[in-house]
Amino acid sequence: MLEAQSLAARRGYATLFRDVRFSLRPGEALVVTGPNGSGKTTLLRMLAGLTAPFEGEVRWRGEPVAPFAQALRDALLFNGHSSALKDELSAEENLDAWLRLDGERVASEVIAQALADVGLARQRRLPARVLSQGQRRRIALARLRLASRPLWILDEPATALDTDGLAMLAALVDAHLDGGGLCVAATHQALVLQSTRAQSLVLHAAVA
Amino acid sequence: MESPSAVDAIGWALRRDLRVAMRSKGELSVELLFYVIVVTLFPLATSPSRDTLATLGPGVLWTAALLAALLSLSRLFASDFRDGTLEQIALSPAPLVGLVSGKIAAHWLTTGLPVAAMAPLLGIQYGLDAPVLATLALSLLLGTPILSLVGAVGAALTLGARGGGSLLALLVLPLYAPVLIFGAGAVDAVRAGLSAAPHLSLLAAGLLLAILAAPFAVSAAVRIALD
Amino acid sequence: MSVNWFRFSSPVSFYPLAGAWSYWFAILAALLAGAGLVVGLVIAPTDATQGDAYRIIFIHVPAAWMAMFIYLVMAGWSALALGFNTRLSAMMAQALAPTGALMAAIALWTGAFWGRPTWGTYWAWDARMTSTLILLFLYLGVIALRSAIEDPRRADRACAVLALVGAVNVPIIYFSVQWWNTLHQGSSISMTAAPKMAMTMFADILIMTAAAWCYTISVVLARVQAIIVERERGASWLESLIDLRPKGTH
Repeated sequence: MLEAQSLAARRGYATLFRDVRFSLRPGEALVVTGPNGSGKTTLLRMLAGLTAPFEGEVRWRGEPVAPFAQALRDALLFNGHSSALKDELSAEENLDAWLRLDGERVASEVIAQALADVGLARQRRLPARVLSQGQRRRIALARLRLASRPLWILDEPATALDTDGLAMLAALVDAHLDGGGLCVAATHQALVLQSTRAQSLVLHAAVA
Repeated sequence: MESPSAVDAIGWALRRDLRVAMRSKGELSVELLFYVIVVTLFPLATSPSRDTLATLGPGVLWTAALLAALLSLSRLFASDFRDGTLEQIALSPAPLVGLVSGKIAAHWLTTGLPVAAMAPLLGIQYGLDAPVLATLALSLLLGTPILSLVGAVGAALTLGARGGGSLLALLVLPLYAPVLIFGAGAVDAVRAGLSAAPHLSLLAAGLLLAILAAPFAVSAAVRIALD
Repeated sequence: MSVNWFRFSSPVSFYPLAGAWSYWFAILAALLAGAGLVVGLVIAPTDATQGDAYRIIFIHVPAAWMAMFIYLVMAGWSALALGFNTRLSAMMAQALAPTGALMAAIALWTGAFWGRPTWGTYWAWDARMTSTLILLFLYLGVIALRSAIEDPRRADRACAVLALVGAVNVPIIYFSVQWWNTLHQGSSISMTAAPKMAMTMFADILIMTAAAWCYTISVVLARVQAIIVERERGASWLESLIDLRPKGTH
C-alpha cells in the first residue's frame, strides 16, 4: 500500500502544491493529471524517493519511507522522463542491463521475445542511438513486461507512443493491476485503462 | 528475486561502463592524446637541454596526468545524469556505493591506467633513465586511482550545477595537491639517488583512505544531485 | 533543568537572537581591535633585527589562525547539517565561508608584505603560505559550488559534503606541503624564525585573535540573518518582524 500524507513541494521559493493526500491499495492505479508546471514530475519523484517532501510524508506498506529507503527501492520500478538508455548499447543489451540491476535473472530468449512483443524484433541488435523516440519508449514497455516489481511509477509513459503503443501500455498496466500491483502514472494524454480501480488526482497550476 | 549484493553492483557497473567505453574509443584516445600533447609542449616552452628536461620531467609528467584525469572526469557521471541512467542506478535495489565504485574503477581502467602505461615512454623524451621511469610508472599506478576516486566526488557534486567544467577544476585540483607532491616527489627522489619508498608508502596509504571513504561521499553526492 | 537546544536550531527563534548577538559582538570586536592595535603599534617594542616591519604579525598571525579554525568550524556545521538535516546549521556553514576566505586572503597578503622587507621577496614557497593558499582555494571552491547550484536546499547539502571532504584533506594537504618543503630546502625560507617573542607581543597576538573571533561571530550572524530573510521571504513570522516591502508602498 502506498500512501501520501499532506505532501507539499516547493520549487525555489514558490510553493508548487500542498496537502496532496491519497492512499493506494494493491490492484489500484493513480492517474495524476494537471497543466505543465503543476508539479506532476515533482510529485512522482517524491513518491519514488528521489526527493524529500517539503512537508508531509510518503508511506510504503504502512511504514514512512525516507528518500532512497531500501524497502521502497526493492519494490519500485520508476520510469522517468528520460529513457535511461545508453546510445552505445543495443536495445537488447540495454534491457538486459536493467533487468540484471533489478536482480532479475532472465534468459536471453525471453528478452528477445519481449522485444519482439513490443514490435522491436528487427531492432533488437541495433544501438539505441539509431532508434526513434517511440522505439526507445517501447524498450521501456518491454522492461515493464519482464520486471516483477509491485510498484510502478511512470512519468508520462505515453509520450511518443503511437496508437498501437498506447494500447500496449494500457494492457500492461491493466495486467499489472490484475496481478495485485500498484501503479502511479502522470500523463496529459488519456490513458484508457480497463481497470475500474483507477483513482484520479488533478494538480492545479501553482499560485504564487 | 534477490537484491544484488555490493559485489554484484561493482561488477554490473564496471562491465557496463567498460562496454560503453569500448564502443566510444575515439573519446578515450583523445584523452590519452591530450596527455601526450601537454607533455610534449613543455620542452617547447622551456629548452631542449637534457638537464632542464630531466629536472622538469617528473613534475610535468605528473601535472599533465592530473589535467588528463580532470579532463576525463566530466565523462564519469554527466552522460548518465543526462540520459536518466543515474536516476535508475540510485533507485535500484543494489547498493549505490557498489555501483559508483564500479563506475570509478571503470574510469580508472580507461584513463589512469593508459596514462600510467604511456608515461614511461614520454619519460624517455625527457631523458629519464630506467629506474626513474619504473618509479614514474609505479607512482602513477598508485596515484591515478586516487585521482579517479577524489575526482568522482567533485564530478558528482557539480552535476546539474552551472559552469560544470571549470567549477570541477576549482573543486578538485586543490585536493589533488598531496597526490602530486608524493607522486612527483617519488620520481624526483629516485632521480636524486634516494629511495622512493616513503613517498610510495604515503601514496599507498592515501589510496587506501580514498578507497574506503570516497565511494561513500560519491554516493551521497549522487543522491544530492538527483534531488 | 533541561534546555531544548533544538529550539535554537529553528530560524524563527534564531533570527532575533542573531541580531542581538551580532550587535554586541561587533562592539566587542571594535574594542578588542582598538586595544590590540594600541598595544601592537605603540606599546610593543621595536624589534632589534626586523625593525617595525614585524608589527604586521599582529594582523598576519590571527588571520592565519582564523583561516584554519573557520574551515574546521564550517566543516562541523556541515556535519550537523547533513546528520540532523537542520536548516540553520547549513546557513551557518554558508555564512562562514566568505569570512574564512577573507582571513586566508588577509594572511597571504600580509604575509607577502611582511616577506618583502624581511626576506626581500613577496612570495616564498614557504610551507605555511603554500598551504594557506590551497586553503583559500578550498574556500573559493565551496563558495563557487554554492553559487552554481540553483536550489538552496541542494546547495546546502552539496556544500556540506564538499566541506567535509575538504576537512579530511586539510591535514593531509598541510602534511604533504610540509614534507615537500623540507625536501626542497634550497628554495625555502623559514617563517618560523620570527623575532624572539616578547611577552607583550604574544599577549597582543592573543588580543587581536580574540578581536578576529568577535568580528567573525558578528559578521557571520549578520550574514545568517540575511540568508534567513532571503530564504524565508513570504513566511508570515518574518513579515511580522521586519518590513520587507519597498519604501513608500505603505
